Amino acid sequence: MLLIRCPYCEEERPELEFRNAGEAHIARPTNIAAESDDDFEKFFFIRANPKGVIYERWRHIHGCARFFNAVRDTVTDKFVMTYKAGEPKPAKLPGAAK
Amino acid sequence: MNAMFRISGAGRLSQAKTASFSFDDKSYVGIEGDTLASGLLANGVHLVGRSFKYHRPRGVVSAGAEEPNALVQIVRDDARKTPNVRATVQELYDGLTAHSQNRWPSLSFDVGAVNDIASPLFSAGFYYKTFMWPKSAWKSLYEPKIRAAAGLGVSPDKPDPDHYAARYAHCEVLVLGGGAAGIAAALAAAETGVRVILADEQAEFGGSLRFESGARIDGQDGYAWAQAAIAKLKAMDNVRVLSRTTAFGYYAQNFVGLVERVSDHLKSPGRDLARERLWQIRAGRVVIATGAIERHMVFANNDRPGVMLASAARTYLNHYGVAVGKNVGVYTANDSAYTAAIDLKKAGVNIAAIVDLRDNPSGPVIDEARALGIEINFGRAVVSAGGKLRVSSMTVQPKNGGGGRTIPVDAILMSAGWTPSVHLFSQSRGKVAFNAETKRFVPGTYAQDCVSVGACNGTDGLDATVDEAYAAGAKAAKEAGGKAGKGAKPKVDAGESWSRGMLGAAPGAGPGTTVKAFVDFQNDVTAKDIRQAVHEGMHSIEHVKRFTTNGMATDQGKTSNMHGLAIAAEELGKPIPQVGLTTFRAPYTPVTFGSIVGHARGALFDPTRRTATHGWAARQGAVFEDVGHWKRAWYFPKSGEDMHAAVNRECVTVRKVGGLFDASTLGKIEVVGPDAAKFMELLYTNPWEKLETGRCRYGIMLREDGFIYDDGVVGRLAPDRFHVTTTTGGAPRVMNHMEDYLQTEFPHLNVWLTSITEQWAVIAVQGPKSREIIAPLVEGIDMSDEAMPHMSVREGKICGVPTRLFRMSFTGERGFEVNVPADYGEAVWEVLWAEGQKHGATAYGTETMHVLRAEKGYIIVGQDTDGTVTPNDAGLDWAVGKKKTDFVGIRGLTRPDLVAKGRKQLVGLKTKDPKVVLEEGAQIVADPKQPIPMKMIGHVTSSYWSENCGRSIALALVAGGRDRIGQTLYVPMPNGTIEVEVTGMVFVDEKGERLNG
Ligand SMILES: [Zn+2]
Repeated sequence: MLLIRCPYCEEERPELEFRNAGEAHIARPTNIAAESDDDFEKFFFIRANPKGVIYERWRHIHGCARFFNAVRDTVTDKFVMTYKAGEPKPAKLPGAAK
Repeated sequence: MNAMFRISGAGRLSQAKTASFSFDDKSYVGIEGDTLASGLLANGVHLVGRSFKYHRPRGVVSAGAEEPNALVQIVRDDARKTPNVRATVQELYDGLTAHSQNRWPSLSFDVGAVNDIASPLFSAGFYYKTFMWPKSAWKSLYEPKIRAAAGLGVSPDKPDPDHYAARYAHCEVLVLGGGAAGIAAALAAAETGVRVILADEQAEFGGSLRFESGARIDGQDGYAWAQAAIAKLKAMDNVRVLSRTTAFGYYAQNFVGLVERVSDHLKSPGRDLARERLWQIRAGRVVIATGAIERHMVFANNDRPGVMLASAARTYLNHYGVAVGKNVGVYTANDSAYTAAIDLKKAGVNIAAIVDLRDNPSGPVIDEARALGIEINFGRAVVSAGGKLRVSSMTVQPKNGGGGRTIPVDAILMSAGWTPSVHLFSQSRGKVAFNAETKRFVPGTYAQDCVSVGACNGTDGLDATVDEAYAAGAKAAKEAGGKAGKGAKPKVDAGESWSRGMLGAAPGAGPGTTVKAFVDFQNDVTAKDIRQAVHEGMHSIEHVKRFTTNGMATDQGKTSNMHGLAIAAEELGKPIPQVGLTTFRAPYTPVTFGSIVGHARGALFDPTRRTATHGWAARQGAVFEDVGHWKRAWYFPKSGEDMHAAVNRECVTVRKVGGLFDASTLGKIEVVGPDAAKFMELLYTNPWEKLETGRCRYGIMLREDGFIYDDGVVGRLAPDRFHVTTTTGGAPRVMNHMEDYLQTEFPHLNVWLTSITEQWAVIAVQGPKSREIIAPLVEGIDMSDEAMPHMSVREGKICGVPTRLFRMSFTGERGFEVNVPADYGEAVWEVLWAEGQKHGATAYGTETMHVLRAEKGYIIVGQDTDGTVTPNDAGLDWAVGKKKTDFVGIRGLTRPDLVAKGRKQLVGLKTKDPKVVLEEGAQIVADPKQPIPMKMIGHVTSSYWSENCGRSIALALVAGGRDRIGQTLYVPMPNGTIEVEVTGMVFVDEKGERLNG
């Protein structure tokens, strides 16, 4: 069972307390009704699903209930870091050469 | 009294404490502290099972968890019949009953042994090649036959009466393995004051010190030192010592799963003791001290009962006081078998000969063996074992060929060398490295905060092991925050060191030979099978493994993997590391389902939620149904009524008089804050800003893709406060969906969301008399139609307690939903029930609720919709705010597919024969005469007998449904095709007059 650091509770808690909520940094368009079909497809359906570093949303659902963002390596399953919802994608990842 | 092969004065068990047991209905006497294996061997019983594929007679090979052969069924009583128990691990208790497995009719005469003679048929890849065709024969013929013939033990056929405990634990240093290395590491770590857990799979600590008669530490015999050290550790407050506890899985971030066998060794465990306890331990640092496992020699008929690992024979002698034979041969490629021969010889057992593959080895153990007068043959091989149910001889030849001789023996001790137990290290995702010099895979690159010490790290010799382990224990503790320890390192006065050995087939079983030289005893894989796999194109060890099943039995190839790998490498002409080691996976040894499940079974498998009126309904004789975690009253049968009669009566009574229904399970969320209306506008399709305080609206929630996600009635209690209801099943996900948008997409909105599902009990009072039933009990609310019209909400008191009183209807009748604090739910229900009875009202359950709403064409999200239904499809376009510029799903609704013609739409169906009730889920076609496969144009979503209509009614999703109203469609069923007419969705009171009736 993984330990995940909740950036709001500021501590590592067992994976059981969390729920994955899909890829992060996909903002809902402000004028969504005016989106073209192609743009809506990209926004709603298309996901990166990378092998390696992924930016994704998690929710501390059985804890503080906050949504937050995480950087995780899909190959090793290791969490690189977590940060609060609304914060920008980190420019540099701690300890990662890639 | 002592059994035949028990040597007086040998071993550590008190020979006075006897324990009688039975094996295959024959009684034996062992002594307390025995394993079943040592107890059987003490009685001269080597034959304990039949092999998996060839049904060959098999005996005890090892003295530990790596045992591939001696699998037995332990029977405590009718329900407790545990199959596949390793006799080498099962501790003896007085009265133990064991049976051999995989034999019929008896162990010594087994019909399945014909497979041995027909073995060319059963060669590598046999299942894949032979049973390929026809496909249908797999189910009817091949699989049942194979399963019957190639069984292990028999599964118990009754529910497991035992209980299983579970614990979580945390420590700074977790030490896995309680031999000399583990104990030294635990001592060093414990002395720093950090929390230490030390676990070992055996009943006693000591590991190989159980058999290493030459070891001396701190001036004592090695085993005695281990016991003293364990006693010291147990006395420390910061140390937990777990015996009979196997670390079976090493997971992410130093999370280790262990199973403690709590009571399998006890005669009468009693009800208080769990059978097993699952430990889930999170450790700061892990010290892996899992030792090494001796390998057997791969030669013809090396599986005959009586042929066993040298270290096992030594354990049986030095720990259990049991000689494994009277005239013992030894076949080895390394030194450690000599020590076994020496110990046995000193105990009075004749050593027929030592056969050593090596040409001219030298060293103190060889000298000692020679001095004891044991015949030693260098550069020779045992090319075959004689005998069938028990080994009777060994045939010895010069290893490069030449004349042989046959030496009578009743046991053969073998040692091809030692394989470091890197299983847990490998499970931790560490990468092993091949040491070409010692021909061993040892821990290479670490992936977690752990360290391997001693034999599992490829460290030879007791002195070096204790040095390494003590230093590693101290370092781990320091890194995990411990202070400097004040203890002293144990001093090794004398130890044993095992030199190398050999891998792969021994002479006589090499390339070009077809003898049965077993690599994997449990899965009956021979050296020839592995070579054949390579010839047939399996070039990766993972393929060889799957093709031959080498290492895939319950012992996971603990003794066989390295031999198999070496044979494949030789055949491929590649160095071993290029062929690769197969992956080690959890569990290290088999784990019972019971220990994984723990208490989560029966009533404790899943939470059960009960409403406030559950007790009342149960007393009324209600039948309940499961809805998610909830128990809901399904119907309330009066005496003599079946479900049909009860539901008919309830349905008619509600429309004629009135009924009470517990609607507490509907999800309830309070949306509060200055921006509450704005938030509602974004989350629901409907407009909310202009909804007046005190009024209600039916809301539809979409996903961003435009499909219906949930629905429910929403009441506005104040300009900044909405009381939202959701479907019963949808409550948690609707809450999650709302929180998601509030926290991440609309964080600028000042809104709080609170789940209030469990705070309010909800009593629906429906029917023409509903107001008369409620009104006398209500204070502070004007319930006239003018003051409180349909779809309104008022706050006041009922029966003296606070209420949120909704006027709303899921029946089409005048109706109310009385919300009261859940603690008052049952009391208020009782008063309403008494009031209702004055009018002849009924209590009704979920079945009647379903029928009544279907009569009105009210949908149930998740039954009449399936995640691909839009509001328009469901005939609910009126609930979508046409002037709104944004809500979740607004863009999805305009996707080309969602506005295309011919979409499936919800309609009503009436069967031409009114008595026929359609099956929910039944498919609908336009032309019943078309050839199969027919074009299906929709399906039935809801279908009931409606007593109020005097006929069956149904709702269905049908392509272009609303344009088909009046048409005849067909529902093909196994017993014939049913004709239906497409209708509107409302079957009762189309104008909706009864809402005010
Ligand atoms: Zn948190």
